[in-house]
Amino acid sequence: MTLDIKTLTTAELHDEMLRLRQERHMDFLVNLIGMDWGEEGLGVIYMLESTTTGETATLKTVTADRENPYIPTVSDIWQIAKIYEREVYDFFGIRFLGHPDMRRIFLREDWVGYPLRKDDDPEGENPLRMDNEPLADTTTEYYLKEDGTVGTKENVIFQPEDHVVNVGPQHPSTHGVLHMRTQLEGETVLKIDPVLGYIHRGVEKICESLTYPQMLALTDRLDYFSAMQNRHAMCMCIEKAIELEVSPRVQYIRTIMDELQRIASHLIYYACMTMDTGALTAFFYTFREREELMKIFEDNFGGRVIMNYNTIGGVMYDIRPDFAQEVKKFCKHVRKRFKEYQDIYTGNVIAEQRMIGVGTISNADAISLGVTGPSGRASGWHNDVRKRHPYALYDQVNFKEIVRTEGDTNARHWNRMEEILESLGIVEQLIDNIPEGEYQAKRKPIVKLPEGDFYQAVETSRGEFGVFIESKGDKNPYRVHFRSNGLPLVNAMDTACRGQKFADLIAIGASMDFVIPDIDR
Amino acid sequence: MGLISKPKIKSIPYEEFKDNETLEQMIDQLNAHGTNVLVASADKLINWGRSNSLWPMNFGTSCCAIELMAMGAARFDMARFGFEVTRVSPRQADLILVCGTITNKMAPVLKRLYDQMADPKYVIAIGGCTCTGGPFTKSYHVVKGVDKILPVDVYVPGCPPRPEAFYYGMMQLQRKMKVENYLGTVNRKQKDEHKAEAKALQKEIINQEQEA
Repeated sequence: MTLDIKTLTTAELHDEMLRLRQERHMDFLVNLIGMDWGEEGLGVIYMLESTTTGETATLKTVTADRENPYIPTVSDIWQIAKIYEREVYDFFGIRFLGHPDMRRIFLREDWVGYPLRKDDDPEGENPLRMDNEPLADTTTEYYLKEDGTVGTKENVIFQPEDHVVNVGPQHPSTHGVLHMRTQLEGETVLKIDPVLGYIHRGVEKICESLTYPQMLALTDRLDYFSAMQNRHAMCMCIEKAIELEVSPRVQYIRTIMDELQRIASHLIYYACMTMDTGALTAFFYTFREREELMKIFEDNFGGRVIMNYNTIGGVMYDIRPDFAQEVKKFCKHVRKRFKEYQDIYTGNVIAEQRMIGVGTISNADAISLGVTGPSGRASGWHNDVRKRHPYALYDQVNFKEIVRTEGDTNARHWNRMEEILESLGIVEQLIDNIPEGEYQAKRKPIVKLPEGDFYQAVETSRGEFGVFIESKGDKNPYRVHFRSNGLPLVNAMDTACRGQKFADLIAIGASMDFVIPDIDR
Repeated sequence: MGLISKPKIKSIPYEEFKDNETLEQMIDQLNAHGTNVLVASADKLINWGRSNSLWPMNFGTSCCAIELMAMGAARFDMARFGFEVTRVSPRQADLILVCGTITNKMAPVLKRLYDQMADPKYVIAIGGCTCTGGPFTKSYHVVKGVDKILPVDVYVPGCPPRPEAFYYGMMQLQRKMKVENYLGTVNRKQKDEHKAEAKALQKEIINQEQEA
């Protein structure tokens, strides 16, 4: 959709945001995007949504001072802004007044410059450093004094006498290269400070130098368990901007593929979850079914993990004639096996004790922390993008939005398990009715987006994934931002794990099911 | 009088390997000045054992690690080749499987893990990102090829490579190991640059502790 952005001055920003939050119930901060508008200055775009009325609002604020940019924080209104604002500080050097923790989040603390600024030369100033990375235990807070000048204050993250354990960055059950500095009291977790960026590949910056069709390849590699859906979001965003209509056949294929991808992802989730809680046998069960699905994927587009299937205006290849038959066989097969998964794991005393009542996130926290996807729905938040902003064929198929209210590891686990069945249902509804038609709409070889801001969200396997593009009318985008579905999940680990046992940290992390390359981008 | 001969892998015939020249050169080099009968025979036995029980250390950062998981599962089954004992501790591993993009922030961590491994040790670079930087070569935060920081033995390109490609790469390494002089001169022992430094530091610490 095209975004209609209202501009605010930095002085009125905080009050206006508070008003929106309280009067119009804008309690979900979807996105907080740092921007570099060159001459105009540096700024931030805020995307808000109300979970009660479904209303959306987009606002922006600009500061002309490029040397010392300051913008008031909104982290006291939405908890998720805390990590988003650190990201903006890391990439653009904008300091947020009143933010308690202004540290870099993705890049090393001794990194020079702010890479996403248009005038920055990140590679020139930052050769490969092979010394161990510094990790500070204190942080700086910037605040506005009464006379209008900016003061600084030192905040402590960990005291010297605190017992801090490093989980990661190379750890078998953090699902990638996540580093959590965990403060312990005996076996109880007191605080988690995530250190990200071990797989920060600078995708947003690379995109600025690529053309639109070239950009597509990178979206697959963000959250590789949602490769299909990520690329779907990017294609839809571009198609809506250039007003390109795709044929019903493509819509059918895309919807089916999205759901198959979701099934594959949740099967891996089950494998990882069981492995992390010590039930290694169950791991082999879902990988067996996943291989069946991989075979279908491979037959149709040649790739197993990274498919590169969606294109602007269609899909790369038509589906094979036996596709429907194979998929139906697969659906029947998984339904039969689904019971087997539950036999081996669910109901087991050990599994239940490690899941029920562990790692609870309340509804209000889930919304404030922006925890979307099955994890957020476990806390009773109806946040499925397929229902909120239907895209592709999701307004024509019947499916249930799985919501639980307990908010614990068990609820998150069961949400994913039941979503497998719902996804199977969606696939079975569509698979017999794929209409004839072309699989690729005709378009010009060079894609140019009109001037403006565009945003498209999809429901990936683990939450809302959004693509934001700002275009100046060229064949390259001016700025691309991805709403990571995993970043809020990692941020929520601190809330979920406080007061829990250290061993449960792994199980809670597994139930969140984050994928690190998507968080770090 | 060359005692070191062509390495054999049961499941793939010699002709089907793509890079036989390098190995043959290696064999010629090793055989150039003749070999000790006893040592070479012992080598053969040791290398046979070593190459068939490789304990890899998983260093999975992104997509390629998923294919590694698939390799561990039933269909592709690593255990058939003796690779199934994946370790997460560098101290227990023979080789490190670098799967996925290595960023500037990760590079020192990876180097440290590599340094912690016991000799003889091997590196396999898996996936386009690890070999060259892949689709992210333009990035400001990606190491353009893991060979910039580690000595790589086998490259497995692909994005991500299929499990079969993984196996091919692992078998290449097996062949490479089979022609090595384990007891002889070409043992891949890494020189420790910091040995003197570390010893001095250790002494200092002991002295300090004694004083305290």
